[in-house]
Amino acid sequence: MSDNNIMLKTENLGISFGGLKAAHDVNIEIRKNQLYGLIGPNGAGKTTVFNILTGVYTPLTGRFYLDGEDLTGQRQEIINRKGIARTFQNIRLFNNMSVIRNVLVGLHNSAEYKCTPFESMFRLPRHFDSENRMRDRAKELLRIFGLEEERNLLACNLSYGNQRKLEIARALATNPKLLLLDEPAAGMNPQETAELMKTIKFIKNELNMTILLIEHDMKLVAGICEELTVLNFGEVLAQGKTSDVLNNPDVITAYLGQDED
Amino acid sequence: MITLIDGLSLGSIYALIALGYTMVYGIAKMLNFAHGDIIMVGAYAIYVAMSFANPNPVIALISSIIVCTLLGVFVEKFAYKPLRGASPLAVLITAIGVSYFLQSVAQIVFGSQPKPVSGWKLPKIEFLNQFGITTGAVVTLIAGILIMVALTLFINITRTGSAMLAVSEDKGAAKLMGINVNKIITITFAIGSALASFASMFYLLQIPNAEPTLGAMPGIKAFTAAVIGGIGSIPGAMLGGMVLGVIEKICLSIEVISPYTTAIEFSLLILILLVKPTGFLGRTTKEKV
Repeated sequence: MSDNNIMLKTENLGISFGGLKAAHDVNIEIRKNQLYGLIGPNGAGKTTVFNILTGVYTPLTGRFYLDGEDLTGQRQEIINRKGIARTFQNIRLFNNMSVIRNVLVGLHNSAEYKCTPFESMFRLPRHFDSENRMRDRAKELLRIFGLEEERNLLACNLSYGNQRKLEIARALATNPKLLLLDEPAAGMNPQETAELMKTIKFIKNELNMTILLIEHDMKLVAGICEELTVLNFGEVLAQGKTSDVLNNPDVITAYLGQDED
Repeated sequence: MITLIDGLSLGSIYALIALGYTMVYGIAKMLNFAHGDIIMVGAYAIYVAMSFANPNPVIALISSIIVCTLLGVFVEKFAYKPLRGASPLAVLITAIGVSYFLQSVAQIVFGSQPKPVSGWKLPKIEFLNQFGITTGAVVTLIAGILIMVALTLFINITRTGSAMLAVSEDKGAAKLMGINVNKIITITFAIGSALASFASMFYLLQIPNAEPTLGAMPGIKAFTAAVIGGIGSIPGAMLGGMVLGVIEKICLSIEVISPYTTAIEFSLLILILLVKPTGFLGRTTKEKV
């Protein structure tokens, strides 16, 4: 991988379940600090691609590289530690843990806050130091999403919109290079969606994050994504600049159906 | 009063064993029916350590903890790990198989006759004795409570504890948070088995005989306790153990119903399953679509 500017590169990724090709020859290139969209009708294979990129499925064909490093077929926790974090289409928080603890769990494996079991066991200064820095970092992340006040509530008691935000905060806590968001605006009202767009932009610009986003909300996609890939029946239908792709007749057909005159 | 202390002391033995059941269930989502037999192995470890010349109870206790912990990790690695993702029934049958395996091995090595564990008792304390309370009961109760407090702190304060909670809630999401789920399951088995070794130590204080089927009855009763308290819930296991211990001792102290003690305990299990299947402190799980 000679190009240093590429964060994620997939080469001919493919997977089948039984006879169904859920993804076939998917090639995506995402540059560093880009906000990239993955769209397509229901069942087009978007979430399948996410599951491959996070190690839930091992692809039958093809490989993918994060920042030049081949991560194909690695275990999920390894891929996460190497720098890919995600949120889920249906929220999967640790419901019976407090809001801040959800974020702390994500922080535990970062090298920055590591201390040896020995240091923890004997409560040496370094242990408290790393615990404190970790709490500060968790609060900082919660502040970005306006959840600082709610940090001691149980995650299941948050409103739906806030649960979505907490999921993003938790994913960011693992200190990823690439953030995968699976329909972050699903179930949100227009006002919450607008707020979410702002937050996503903030993450990209202020935290220099590279983001790959699955979304159905076309307004959100058109509003924030720089480039798009459209999947249909597991295959790439169109790819390129957002405005070009959204005006592509094939894409319109896939979404709205053929015009029958 | 005496019955209550005896009951709570027996209850803390049940609670220690029930914790092993409930933690493994909460994290690996399986019922480890071989858990009772870990206690049996722990009892034999104490028996062996105490039958050397110049037996030292501390060394016996430590060796029992080490043997049980290693056995728990070993069983998980060779019997359960290959079945990860298999149907729950297959894992359950395997656990029963492991249980019989351990009993048979103990029978081959040590014979089927009970082996008296010599010198495994505590000095009498006059002050307590005049009320008819044994030292063993008091020590069991206090140590049991201390162990449970330590465990609660461990779960709530340490990172490993957080990771364990996370895994018990959602394995998939935990993996994507960079948590090594297999490692957490191994740690859970290690802790559960170490708790079982404490249970075997306290059990021998009450009945100082090691035999191959020693673990079966306390094992199944502790399982009952875990279900009563709400399986998967750590405070539930403690509560369930205590309740069951007190009920057992109360039943035993009333002459008319004492022969039916075990029947009453298991009827309670059936009653709880009918009325409140999640137990006292169990979570009601809502399936989200």
